[in-house]
Amino acid sequence: MTQISLTVDGTKVTDDVEPRMLLVQYLRETLGKTGTVIGCDTSNCGACTVHLDGRSVKSCNVLAVQADGHEVTTIEGLARNGELHPVQEAFRECHGLQCGFCTPGMIMQSVDLLNENPHPTEAEVRVGLEGNLCRCTGYHNIVRSVLYAAEHADVQQGEKAGAQ
Amino acid sequence: MTATAEAPAAPEIGKDRRRKEDQRLITGRTRWTDNLTLPGMVHLAMVRSPFAHATITSIDTSAAASAPNIVAVFSGADFGDELGVCINAWPITPEQVTPNHSPMPADRVAFAGEIVAVVVARTAAAARDAAELVDVEYDELPAALDLKESAEDKVLAHPESGTNKSALWVFDSGEAGTGGNVEEAIEKARADGIVIEREYRQQRLIPAFMEPRSVVVDPTGEQLTMWSATQIPHILRFALAATTGVPESKIRVIAPDVGGGFGGKLQVTPEEWIAWAVARRISKPVKYTETRSESLQSAHHGRDQWQKLVLAATKDGTVTGFKVDLLADLGAYVAIVGGGVPVLGAFMFNAIYKFPAYRFACQTVLTNKAWTDAYRGAGRPEATYAVERMMDELAAEVGVDPLEIREKNWIKHEEFPFTTVAGLTYDSGNYEAATAKAKEMFGYDALRAEQKQRRDAGDRVQLGIGISTFTEMCGLAPSRVLGSLDYGAGGWEHAGVRMLATGKVEVVTGSSAHGQGHETAFSQIVADRLGVPFEDVEILHGDTQVAHKGLDTYGSRSLTVGGEALVLAADKVIEKAKPIAAHLLEANADDVEFAAGTFSVKGTDQGKTIQEIALATFAAHDYPEGIEPSIDAESTYDPVNFSFPHGTHLCAMEVDTETGQSTMRKYVCVDDIGNIINPLIVSGQVHGGLVQGIAQALWEEAVYDDSGTLVSGSFVDYLLPTSADTISFDIEHTTSPSTTNSLGTKGVGEAGTIASTPAVVNAIVDAVRQHGVNDIQMPCTPERVWKAIQEGAGA
Repeated sequence: MTQISLTVDGTKVTDDVEPRMLLVQYLRETLGKTGTVIGCDTSNCGACTVHLDGRSVKSCNVLAVQADGHEVTTIEGLARNGELHPVQEAFRECHGLQCGFCTPGMIMQSVDLLNENPHPTEAEVRVGLEGNLCRCTGYHNIVRSVLYAAEHADVQQGEKAGAQ
Repeated sequence: MTATAEAPAAPEIGKDRRRKEDQRLITGRTRWTDNLTLPGMVHLAMVRSPFAHATITSIDTSAAASAPNIVAVFSGADFGDELGVCINAWPITPEQVTPNHSPMPADRVAFAGEIVAVVVARTAAAARDAAELVDVEYDELPAALDLKESAEDKVLAHPESGTNKSALWVFDSGEAGTGGNVEEAIEKARADGIVIEREYRQQRLIPAFMEPRSVVVDPTGEQLTMWSATQIPHILRFALAATTGVPESKIRVIAPDVGGGFGGKLQVTPEEWIAWAVARRISKPVKYTETRSESLQSAHHGRDQWQKLVLAATKDGTVTGFKVDLLADLGAYVAIVGGGVPVLGAFMFNAIYKFPAYRFACQTVLTNKAWTDAYRGAGRPEATYAVERMMDELAAEVGVDPLEIREKNWIKHEEFPFTTVAGLTYDSGNYEAATAKAKEMFGYDALRAEQKQRRDAGDRVQLGIGISTFTEMCGLAPSRVLGSLDYGAGGWEHAGVRMLATGKVEVVTGSSAHGQGHETAFSQIVADRLGVPFEDVEILHGDTQVAHKGLDTYGSRSLTVGGEALVLAADKVIEKAKPIAAHLLEANADDVEFAAGTFSVKGTDQGKTIQEIALATFAAHDYPEGIEPSIDAESTYDPVNFSFPHGTHLCAMEVDTETGQSTMRKYVCVDDIGNIINPLIVSGQVHGGLVQGIAQALWEEAVYDDSGTLVSGSFVDYLLPTSADTISFDIEHTTSPSTTNSLGTKGVGEAGTIASTPAVVNAIVDAVRQHGVNDIQMPCTPERVWKAIQEGAGA
């Protein structure tokens, strides 16, 4: 067992973990953060995507011990003070989810994509989400959701700028 | 209308309501089966056969049993009859050969991935570690793998059966009296018309729902509870009771949030039986969640047919007969409705056309591969692919536009209702309207002109236009029809509406969703019917203790069957509330009318809302003699007919003739699914369906090697499309309401998948037809397209 200390969704945690434990197992089994899910065993599907120090990672591809000393954000920590993140709001608005199983990973990846490229084209969104599989939506409304979030964030920023 | 009367709320039906389901799904507050943890719960890991066909000579569990944190290790011999059997609920003929399907066979395995032992441990990791220590000795047997060879009994999948041929199911319009003799039609066409003969392959596909299957069983207490990632909690409960002897009343099955199904979770699985048996044996809650590799290997697959087709026509392209001979691969066992899936297609090969003669014969065949069963469309995509490909071939033979050949043969909109050569009565449709709209959206004539230009110029990248004017049968299904097909259950659906004292409404449905948005669409229906706010309606489903009756979710049935049951239950609530309202309003019941949520006395401004009646009924201080103090109601609805959505799909593909690479440029579809409850949800169903059908055309195939190992056994090799592989779609609708249900709905869950596969392949073949190509086997990989061009050029 190895002791790790990290911040998950804004809360400091310290635990003893097996060195082979995956970050996604640590989140689900040790912390009960079941919002992050496991969809495959080859790191293809991206359902387990979380943020490690603000960048998206597939948490099945990171050992829990590698997260020692770092900051992890999961889908459960994305909404702040009861307010949905604009990307969460966009997925609901644009019907970017059906069964919802890929959704946590898809949203976390979309947030990372928009952090890096706030004004993506449709083609850039499609390439940016390539590592996350969805079987329900045919991606059409997921892509629309990300573009909507980008546009909406613009409006919000514009409103803020106007208020200043 | 008096000045004080409030305008009725805008109807909910037809609104783009954002989904009630989404809040929990976008915030991670979900209830997947794998999220469950119960006190004392132990974890299972399965030991699976690496061989496609082998005798089990010994199983040594001692090393596994002595590993850390292990509770027990069991093999099939430890359970015997206690394990139950995986059931086939649809024997398609009385003579069907149905091998016994033990969830964990003790003597012989029949496909790679079959379970031979189960490890029970305190943690999931310990269970998986110890599963590696179970020592199983096998004597490998020859495996039946190739479908055509298996149909000739060259190698037997189950030696004791003596044959791989499970059942032969035939429909002949001459014999049924629904049309002429197809052999005569073909003979005549050979003499003075056109005969087109083709053989198409429906490759093996994997449903590949995103949530791996998971099951939790809690045996503590009087009642056994099973949570399962299933589409069919009610059928599962029935099966558990019927084959293990536990009274049905002692079993509760819960399907919590379920992450996609597409038919793939329409199954009673070995994993469920084993979890059930282990939990009962050790008297502790157990959990089993499969890995993706296990899922791809052992959850049922779909399609897998060879289709031999003969189309007879006059020289001007009027079809005179269609003959279909199928070989359908069942895999190692006859799954719950596995044999019936190709038979569903029997009613659809004639599609939207007026074929005077038709014959369908399907031979189902056992092999040593994973079992096959329903996958989105189930029988109908196979039929649609065959007929829509053949109509293109006929058009090429006659030398006319493929749309023209379709129009010449399709049922005219003024001819509905129309009884087809397969014996179904299509209630409504308008193929002309859908096609006209699709052509306009697509820019059909301009694209044809561009295609000609590129052809004439001999461009490296050629343009192809693919058409699919599909129909399907949805709303499974009238129980009498299912009975006549020897299906083991009915096709009704159940609903209940409960008026709570606070004015809120609980709606119970036997049809539970796994992504389709029932909680939203059903709320819209009930809100309109009862005149209550959308937000006040709560949809309860997926738990046999709450929704005690139901036949679950598949076959695009939830809305057309389950939705109609809701309407009838809501109407009963109104009927029950009416005498109570009249009593409270001191009026004659005949003078009371109900509209927009309020009972009012005709010609007065006196009224009581349905919420007020609910509260008055709860208090029960003052209600009429001889009436029960409740306005709750239930209804069971058995549909009178299938519904028949249809549509015109147009696809433009660009094909690089030097590399064989196909790229989708444009996809337009106009679907007629009758009245629409929630357009936003419908759009999602269409998009997702399209991509699954496109994936069959271009990418997906479950491939076995010569030893019977699934090569495409992970998401590295089984090519689910990504966002980068796909494009955005142009979708629209025409509306011919169904005339056989009061909502006028037809169902949309499978439409996109059924229609899109032939549209894509037709487009690719159209792009390279001038190179002498008239077929490319799916999936149309660059290699296959390139080879077809080379072979065509050499021919």
